[in-house]
Amino acid sequence: MELSVFQDYGPMLLRGFGVTIFCWLAGTVLGMLLGLLVALAQRYGPRPLRWLLQVYIEVIRGTPFLVQLFVLYYGGPLIGLRLDALPAGLLGLTVYGSPYFAEIFRSGFNAVPIGQIEAARAIGMAEPSIVRRILLPLGLVSALPALVNFSIILTKETVILSIITVPELMYQVQRMSTETFRYLEANLVLALFFWGLVETISRAGRRLETRITRHLIERV
Amino acid sequence: MVQASAVEIRNLDKFYGPFQALKQIDLTIPPGKVTCLIGPSGSGKSTLLRCINFLEEYDAGEVRIDDQLIGYDGPGRKMSARKLRQMRRSIGMVFQQFNLWPHMTALENVAEGLIRVRGLGKADAATRAAEALRKVGLEDKMQNHPARLSGGQQQRVAIARAIAMEPRLMLFDEPTSALDPELVGEVLQVMKTLAGEGMTMAVVTHEMGFAAHVADQVAFMEAGELVAVDSPDAILHNPSDPRISDFLRTYHERNAF
Repeated sequence: MELSVFQDYGPMLLRGFGVTIFCWLAGTVLGMLLGLLVALAQRYGPRPLRWLLQVYIEVIRGTPFLVQLFVLYYGGPLIGLRLDALPAGLLGLTVYGSPYFAEIFRSGFNAVPIGQIEAARAIGMAEPSIVRRILLPLGLVSALPALVNFSIILTKETVILSIITVPELMYQVQRMSTETFRYLEANLVLALFFWGLVETISRAGRRLETRITRHLIERV
Repeated sequence: MVQASAVEIRNLDKFYGPFQALKQIDLTIPPGKVTCLIGPSGSGKSTLLRCINFLEEYDAGEVRIDDQLIGYDGPGRKMSARKLRQMRRSIGMVFQQFNLWPHMTALENVAEGLIRVRGLGKADAATRAAEALRKVGLEDKMQNHPARLSGGQQQRVAIARAIAMEPRLMLFDEPTSALDPELVGEVLQVMKTLAGEGMTMAVVTHEMGFAAHVADQVAFMEAGELVAVDSPDAILHNPSDPRISDFLRTYHERNAF
């Protein structure tokens, strides 16, 4: 182990970690939003749209993220979609995560007892109000553990963005490795960073879960 | 006295695929009266009740509430969602599983419809909701979430939620079937009070005592057919049809000890 290399490469690695966190956060938030739209459109949209979205879900889930990223970054310009590495990476991450999030939301919505929706219909509530006031809050609570879980999976997908030269942590680690031949040190640092990030997310997730379910649990 | 609706059901058919759940049902639910629907499980009582506010879409025949057809504008033409919501505003419904919204307090559960459907301001809605909760004896539980209420209390909140909307007709779908026996009474008491105020009520129930003492008429269903509609006394004590006496015999056997 040679730790002195971190004197030179430390700041760079930290910057890389910053980019990693940014990519993960933006990709997760945008992916969730897109997934939520897909799930709602799947539930309420007209049949042709639902069918189209099902194809979207199957295609994105059925292909490797790396391949999607290549197609977007190198194939995009062929149809006039010329993106820099970072925006391409964010778009890629958003699209990649969206079908998984859509499925998580779908199962969350399905977990809301139909009777609670019917109770709202029976007093004459309009469907948009039902979605906003009942389906979403209750569906999100059911979906939360799975949402946190997939967000954690996404942290680790960000390393693939290094392939299209997004300067995130993996990219910096590879640069350091090839420049110093300190492969082990560099990758161990990467592992530690990720572990810390995942641990933080999972704790935050559990806290949030306890908080939002405190009224829902029967205490006798 | 509340304004009370009348319900006219004519030649009602309901299919689930090839299975016919309701067969040519004819039933009049007179205004200001209590009609109990009894019969074995799977006989179509709940389905019939749910057709009245079109939570269940019937396939043929008519359900008219104060002469207005619900669910359809004419033969085969579905009513607009807007018009259906308009009609549902004056029909309250109480479910077997209460179906309170667990993320809202009792008060919020009752106020929700007043705000979203009746367009009341938050303060007005809260006042009206509190009034409705007082009426069902839950003024001290208004800030509780459903998880902190007993089954009987939850069902009374559900009744408050319905009556706060000032319905002209109340539908009860086995309102006491999910309750522990000692909690049944409090819910039936609230229903009795409501009946005394002249509310039109249609009640699917297995509480023969309630049917005997509170109902103005009792309808007996079996296998999707309406076998008989008559006074509680005639149905429960002098049944004209062997299917009714069979049902009552099983009922008495189960409740005897």
